[in-house]
Amino acid sequence: MFQVRIHGRGGQGVVTAAELLAQSAFDEKRFAQAFPSFGSERTGAPVVAFCRIADSEIRVREPIMFPDAIIIQDSTLLKQIDVFAGLKNDGYALINSTRTFEQLGIADNNARFITVPATAMAMVHLGRPVPNAVLLGAFAALTKVISLHSVTDAINVKFKPKIAASNCAAATAAYEYVFAMVPADA
Amino acid sequence: MLRQVEGSKAVADTVAACRPQVICAYPISPQTHIVEGLSQLVKNGSLEGCEFINVESEFAAMSVAIGASATGARTYTATASQGLLYMVEAVYNASGLGLPIVMTVANRAIGAPINIWNDHSDSMSQRDSGWIQLYAETNQEAADLHVQAFKIAEDLSLPVMVCMDGFILTHAYERVDVPEQTQIDKFLPPFVPRQVLDPSNPVSIGAMVGPEAFTEVKYMAHMKNQLALEIIPKVAKDFQEIFGRSSGGLVRGYKLDGADTVVIALGSILGTIKDVVDEMVAADIAIGVLGIIAFRPFPTEAVRAALSKAKRVIVLEKAFQIGIGGIVIENVRTSLRGSSIKDYTVIAGLGGRPITKDSLRRYLDSAIVDGVEDLTFLDLDQELADSEILREVW
Repeated sequence: MFQVRIHGRGGQGVVTAAELLAQSAFDEKRFAQAFPSFGSERTGAPVVAFCRIADSEIRVREPIMFPDAIIIQDSTLLKQIDVFAGLKNDGYALINSTRTFEQLGIADNNARFITVPATAMAMVHLGRPVPNAVLLGAFAALTKVISLHSVTDAINVKFKPKIAASNCAAATAAYEYVFAMVPADA
Repeated sequence: MLRQVEGSKAVADTVAACRPQVICAYPISPQTHIVEGLSQLVKNGSLEGCEFINVESEFAAMSVAIGASATGARTYTATASQGLLYMVEAVYNASGLGLPIVMTVANRAIGAPINIWNDHSDSMSQRDSGWIQLYAETNQEAADLHVQAFKIAEDLSLPVMVCMDGFILTHAYERVDVPEQTQIDKFLPPFVPRQVLDPSNPVSIGAMVGPEAFTEVKYMAHMKNQLALEIIPKVAKDFQEIFGRSSGGLVRGYKLDGADTVVIALGSILGTIKDVVDEMVAADIAIGVLGIIAFRPFPTEAVRAALSKAKRVIVLEKAFQIGIGGIVIENVRTSLRGSSIKDYTVIAGLGGRPITKDSLRRYLDSAIVDGVEDLTFLDLDQELADSEILREVW
């Protein structure tokens, strides 16, 4: 089972990101469970959503405390909460930021930790600062847990054709951006 | 159709395919997505012949449901928590009048203190209301139980509450084989009411009954409710034949063969419990699980049969009765009468506190050697609670 925790702020589409990830896994005929952190959601407040992906039925309902990957939609959260809490030793971290890990002041950098300027890329492809599609394309390239094809399939399931097309373009651009920077054995 | 879908959406689509004629809606978290989903299906025309009524409160929701059902309409509503409490007077009337309303309870805690998260305090408070109560383990079962609920309700002319864990199920986005319209039409015939309020053929329902017959009315209500113990498994069997999967019934055992210890629970926590039990069985511990799907009527005999080889039973509950302890355990004891099976209660998940595999495993490791109290509150901050009690009392 591969477990992902997504951190963001209310209004950024954290829950949608988890659902898109689950939908991508479903499109690969795998089992997935996406769920929010069940808080009183307010615009701008820290929000967490979770996604489990497995090859058999997922029965467990506890929150994900030891993720295999974390996705951070808003790097201002780094100063506010310990987004790395419980991340497995060989876990992946994907942060939406124009800065590098060094510039963000995160010391324990490794090949599985990357930053992507997701908001800027979203502005290019969508004209709106919604980083979801970019981050999911980047996630596919970084972890290889799901394929880019599944991500775009999921986007086409969840969104109307016009919005889906620009989101697919954003996901594909992010995939290529990360694919070029991640070593094959990361 | 197999879909990756939010639990609430799966339930809304399933309820719509059951062809309800009246839906009474009043929003409350975590139920809201269900009636929102249904409202869209009514508005976009895919749910035909259904009147969607936005009412002014939960009390009105159940009152309008009663009126609609009494005129012979297949009627549905959904609520949770304080909303369920607000409609209680009408909840009792629906069952007393024998009206086959189906209601989803998206289980949520009851205040004060106000809390929007999941536990079973709301539906458990209505266990004596005369409604049939079914508890879903998964979103698949939540969807399936709604189909079965209309059948059970209309077979018996009694209302049915389908309880699904708020947020944990309602807001989980997962794989559900959403029942197909053609299958539901095969399984669920059009509603034929026992009696109908009709101005051209007037009857009174709900007339006053005095001391001379009130006991008989209540006795009859009990006996009618008990009939569900036969109907519920039959409906589950018919469901399996048409839909090809097992859902519903009275109880569901897991790894009970040779189990000295049996963990009993209701609802979605059964999944986490089964994962923990698998790990314990792999470590040669003789432990199994019994899920109770039908809590009302209480399946005393089915539970007794499932526990016949057990030495120890642990009831995990997401609600409790202040002043005495567990609710489910009190019911399970009707099945333990005359046996020497030890029983323990663990209260967990109140107000949405996550029930983790680690906490469950620690508790169960102690429980299987009788190293726990009769009543345990899982993950209780004992020191904090004690210091506050001292401060308040002295």
